[in-house]
Amino acid sequence: MITVTHYAVLSAILFAIGAIAVLVRRNPLVMFMGIELMLNAVNLTFVAFSRYLNDMSGQVFVFIVLTVAAAEVAVGLALVVAIFRARESVDVDEIDSLRG
Amino acid sequence: MDLGGITEAVVFYVFAALGVLAALGVVIARTPVRSALSLAVVFLSLAVMYLLLNAPFIAVAQVMIYAGAVLILFLFVIMVLNPRLELGIGTLSTQTVAAFGITVVLIVELAIILSNAQLAPATGQFTPEFVSQAGHVQVIGSLLFSEFLLPFEIASMLLLVAIVGAISLAKRVREETRR
Repeated sequence: MITVTHYAVLSAILFAIGAIAVLVRRNPLVMFMGIELMLNAVNLTFVAFSRYLNDMSGQVFVFIVLTVAAAEVAVGLALVVAIFRARESVDVDEIDSLRG
Repeated sequence: MDLGGITEAVVFYVFAALGVLAALGVVIARTPVRSALSLAVVFLSLAVMYLLLNAPFIAVAQVMIYAGAVLILFLFVIMVLNPRLELGIGTLSTQTVAAFGITVVLIVELAIILSNAQLAPATGQFTPEFVSQAGHVQVIGSLLFSEFLLPFEIASMLLLVAIVGAISLAKRVREETRR
């Protein structure tokens, strides 16, 4: 029998992998993919608990999160393209113009 | 989707394993294209999870928005940039070690919380019978336009701002290169 805890554990594993992707990789594209992984993990928790508690609010919230993720990716990737055109590099360790 | 207990368990474990392996592929892959294609597998296996959880609308939105829009955007940007300078995870720096340490702490913390959690009893009015009778999309739609109208409108404003922001970011760079 698959319970809500199974989904919560799967979601925790996916969230941790996404966090590793953001912290370890130096390519902003892969870091964005890590953020998407974390958002997806949270969405899975929302839907699992929505099903478990018989409450649809969680699924409406997932819909809002989908919107935010789409907006975040559009602006973030535009930033990556702009930075690449200006500096010919996408390594986040080299983007330190704002360092004091 | 109401499957039998054994079938549900088999589908869950197969697609959970597939999703976790593909998520590891996102982190490990040396080229961003492979990361993006692994991410597609994660998105699709999560869509199967949503079907198991009796949320067909969310599953379809997942495939359309994530596997459709977001992933295609990633692939387009990879195509435009062609970042051949990808190095994978690279050498084991102190930063990498710290990152793995933080993540292990995160997993242990989540495991402790999950094993001690006292789950509240199901009190909502949207039982599977009610939802299947009223229709899943209808229920979400009516909630979206009544109880959650304000977040819905804020989300639409956010999308508008994101569109304007993305266009202006891309445009300004083009004018600079022309000069």
